[in-house]
Amino acid sequence: MDERPASLPLKLGALVMFAFLLAPLIVVVPISFSGDAYMMFPPSSWSTKWYPAIFADGKMAAAFWTSLVLATVVTVLSLAIALPAAFALVRLKPPGAEALSSFFTAPLLLPTIVLGLAILIVFARLGLLATFPGLVAAHLVVTLPYALRVLATALSTLPIAVEEAAATLGASPFTVFRRITLPMMKSGLVGTTALCFLVSFDEVVLSLFMTGPRIQTLPVAMYHHVEQQADPLVAALSVLLVALTLIVVLVVDRTSGLAKTFVK
Amino acid sequence: MSAGAAIALPAPAPRERGRGVAPIVALLAPIALINAVGFLAPVLNLARMSFYEVEPTGAMREVYTLATWAKVFSDGYYAGLIFDSITVSLGITLLTLLCSYPIALYLHRSSGTWRTILLVLVISPLLTSAVVRTYGWIAILAENGLVNNALATLGLAKLKLMFNATGVTIGLTEILMPYMILALLAGFGRLDPRVEEAAATLGAPPFTIFRRIILPLTLPGIALGCLLCFVLAVSSFITPKLLGGGRVFLLATEIYDEAIVTLNWPLAATLSILVLIIFGGALMLYSRALRAIL
Repeated sequence: MDERPASLPLKLGALVMFAFLLAPLIVVVPISFSGDAYMMFPPSSWSTKWYPAIFADGKMAAAFWTSLVLATVVTVLSLAIALPAAFALVRLKPPGAEALSSFFTAPLLLPTIVLGLAILIVFARLGLLATFPGLVAAHLVVTLPYALRVLATALSTLPIAVEEAAATLGASPFTVFRRITLPMMKSGLVGTTALCFLVSFDEVVLSLFMTGPRIQTLPVAMYHHVEQQADPLVAALSVLLVALTLIVVLVVDRTSGLAKTFVK
Repeated sequence: MSAGAAIALPAPAPRERGRGVAPIVALLAPIALINAVGFLAPVLNLARMSFYEVEPTGAMREVYTLATWAKVFSDGYYAGLIFDSITVSLGITLLTLLCSYPIALYLHRSSGTWRTILLVLVISPLLTSAVVRTYGWIAILAENGLVNNALATLGLAKLKLMFNATGVTIGLTEILMPYMILALLAGFGRLDPRVEEAAATLGAPPFTIFRRIILPLTLPGIALGCLLCFVLAVSSFITPKLLGGGRVFLLATEIYDEAIVTLNWPLAATLSILVLIIFGGALMLYSRALRAIL
């Protein structure tokens, strides 16, 4: 590459700003091993008691399972709904395909606080508030645009010649899709799965509007916990969530490429 | 993340034309249904609800009135709320730009595995829950946190960094940095190293090269990043709520309180539409700025 090498002031500036950017994620690690009853930094003593405490706290454990099941269901549904839609828009190319895809990705343009309020009002009337199906539907509104976007990009960059060859040799459209198209867009599928899972698992604003005392997701439970007391329990949970994020980011990088997925 | 949401679609192959509409409708029906029920209907309903009447008891009647809108524009509290939201968000946007620019420029100039590692470090915070990152900021800024304990060790007076606009500004700046970095990076494509080298060969000092070459060429990326961060700052709610501790009043926190605590849905709806109007204004300024740059 014929890039200019970075000068020393730029290197120093970037280093300082990276430290600022990563500070809140790094600081939770030592706090999660605190032996204190409440949060302070640096901790006055050390222990590993906060990690088992997550699962001893009935509310947190229940919220964790709710989030895990919710994110799994939302991810599977996102793939099942977005894959046919991406195929229809990219391969069958109906009239107005571009307008349709703008419409389907429009929820991303709306701030989640506005979307959350809008969904709250309608779902309250439908009796979907603080129910599992209601949460699934609300999360789908934000995961589907991501899924459609990544899958449509993956589909449109596939060489169409291989599919045409298979069709010429007598394979039915469904066989072509299952045996040729699907395996070739594996990286797009993995990227979509990772992204949808993470968006659903971390979603907090929509969930805050949709949950109640009966059902809580992990980010919502954490939010309410921090609102009342910022003890090291949340730090231990945070470390687990940051680790989960890192794993997903690395999976995305290995399969579809970080730069391709996030830098347009 | 909302930038560039449109999907580039290639031109259709000729043989794809003239096929039945039925399969297309069947394949698109599920996503259209979710979008209609979870996005289109709720948003239209929200706009309508901002005109509903609220009785003094707090009950809502399906009678159309401009009362809520009039209240928002005449009550000084809401005018202050709008003003604070816009000025705080502008300040955050500027700070985010200043903090993100060195990282984006450095990323632009790095390559290979090192670049991938740095990109992971930028994107991982983006995908980490805002609750986690805000909690990290509480640990740093709280009275018993990292900064204040360090100050105390040095024998200096403790600072009030939380439950005020300072804390909200610091936290949101960091939380929005990944968006700004990615937007800047997307706009840095026009930066040709040969132009910089030419300027250096002709004797321009580094700062002149930055001011006369790098900065003008990266202005489109700056404009996009600022639009994105301003919009996200105006509508962000978790960080102002937790780091503001209920003492910092912004549009987004007010919407949540009216919707969940006070249950004044017409007022919450009106404030939401107001947020969208501010978005529209920001978008107009952005396109005007872009026309001036290009």
